[in-house]
Amino acid sequence: MMAWLHQHRDALALALRRLAATPVNTLLSLLAIGIALALPAGGQMLVANALQLASSAAPTPQISLFMALDATRAAASEIETRLKNNPGVKAARFVPREDTLARMKAAEGLGEVIEVLPRNPFPDAFVIDPQDDAPAAMEALAKELKKLPRVEHVQLDSAWVRRLDALLKLGRTGVLLLGLLLAVGLVAITFNTIRLQVLTQRAEIEVSRLLGATDGYIRRPFHYFGVLQGLLGGAVAWVIVRLAALWLAAPIGELARLYSLDFTLRPLDRVDSFALLAAAAVLGGLGASLSLQQHLKD
Amino acid sequence: MIEFRHVSKRYPPGINALTDVDFRIADGELAVISGHSGAGKSTLLKLVAAVEQPSGGAVVVNGQNVGALKRAAIPYLRRNLGLVFQDQKLLFDRNIFENVMLPLSIAGFPPREAAKRVRAALDKVGLLDREKALPIALSGGEQQRLAIARAVVGRPNLLLADEPTAHLDPETARDVAQIFRDFHQVGVSVVVATYDPTLFPDARRIVLDHGAVAAS
Repeated sequence: MMAWLHQHRDALALALRRLAATPVNTLLSLLAIGIALALPAGGQMLVANALQLASSAAPTPQISLFMALDATRAAASEIETRLKNNPGVKAARFVPREDTLARMKAAEGLGEVIEVLPRNPFPDAFVIDPQDDAPAAMEALAKELKKLPRVEHVQLDSAWVRRLDALLKLGRTGVLLLGLLLAVGLVAITFNTIRLQVLTQRAEIEVSRLLGATDGYIRRPFHYFGVLQGLLGGAVAWVIVRLAALWLAAPIGELARLYSLDFTLRPLDRVDSFALLAAAAVLGGLGASLSLQQHLKD
Repeated sequence: MIEFRHVSKRYPPGINALTDVDFRIADGELAVISGHSGAGKSTLLKLVAAVEQPSGGAVVVNGQNVGALKRAAIPYLRRNLGLVFQDQKLLFDRNIFENVMLPLSIAGFPPREAAKRVRAALDKVGLLDREKALPIALSGGEQQRLAIARAVVGRPNLLLADEPTAHLDPETARDVAQIFRDFHQVGVSVVVATYDPTLFPDARRIVLDHGAVAAS
């Protein structure tokens, strides 16, 4: 066990020495990996911020239910009971037609128009918060509510929810696609770096084999090299994204204020930062493994 | 113990490097494999170290049939051998100490114990005061002594050397030969392939001629 630990420590030290031995090459590789990873990581940060903005800027989607104009208060009361018992309804607020009329009269420019009407043109209504605000679930609930007696109209305010949902889906898909493409790029960069390492260390590999080194012993420093290079490249990506977030924070904040939104651009959170570093290390290790499989056959 | 049982080695496209080689070297023996260039001396040592596989027959080293060993078992066979190569195969980007340390790192020795052994091996070949130097700073004879130190640091029971005195001046060659004799004196089996067997007058001689044993 101790021998195994010593060998891992030596392999790690050797990998670090090899990284430090060619500082310019190492720096260029780390920059290439960092920039490649910064694009999907930055995209993820923007999508996360868009989600936060959407949730803060828009209220929870609601359904408005309008009774028939001649529906009695008793009919409205029955609907209220049914809504309370409906598992798809989180909350339902009754809006009497008199309240609506009073509110409209108070509204600027509408008061005089409403004054001249012979009778109250507004129906009793309910404003409903659904349990599930997913567009499909809301539509299903609206369809169900339309079948209730004396209900004239059900208005589903989900168009904007659908648009936002589609936009965020597109954003997530774009980030995923970019991430996959650039992950392949990272693997390719590591693959090539390890290939060059194997070529330059060929004499050492040959001597080590003759002195009794196992395949594991020979491969270990290269694996560490790939993982370390990926990890450091991930750290470079994190720094790039962090700096970009700092740079963009002021203009985005200004834009948000113009739209009366309380919004601040947030950098990558802990989970995303950890995922970025872990993915970079794993991809580096994968690139090293593939390269060793190809170039250390004998 | 090394045993060659009717061993042949053929390289493509049909070149016979060894033909029906049959001999036995006992534990603690000092043996010299001699013969002209191309006689098969290096091939014979490569078969012992499992660098090559025999085309026919069996090579038995320390009781193990080398040709039947699985790939994963070969490194462990080699850890019990001390190998000295004609071209030394030193690592020129590592200092003398690190070169000698390599077999012990491979075997997973604890660093403190390994450092003691490295210094003992360097002391035996007269390079203890130069452990920080790079191999490039050594003369040909010193590089050969460094290669010997690396071969013996793991305290193998069998030391194999392929033309260890090639390219050395006569005096240095005698010094290097004496080092091998010293290891033999302390019980290590030593097999040396050399063009000049007179450097080892007290050794058993196995003479190869065109891949066959001419005298044993």
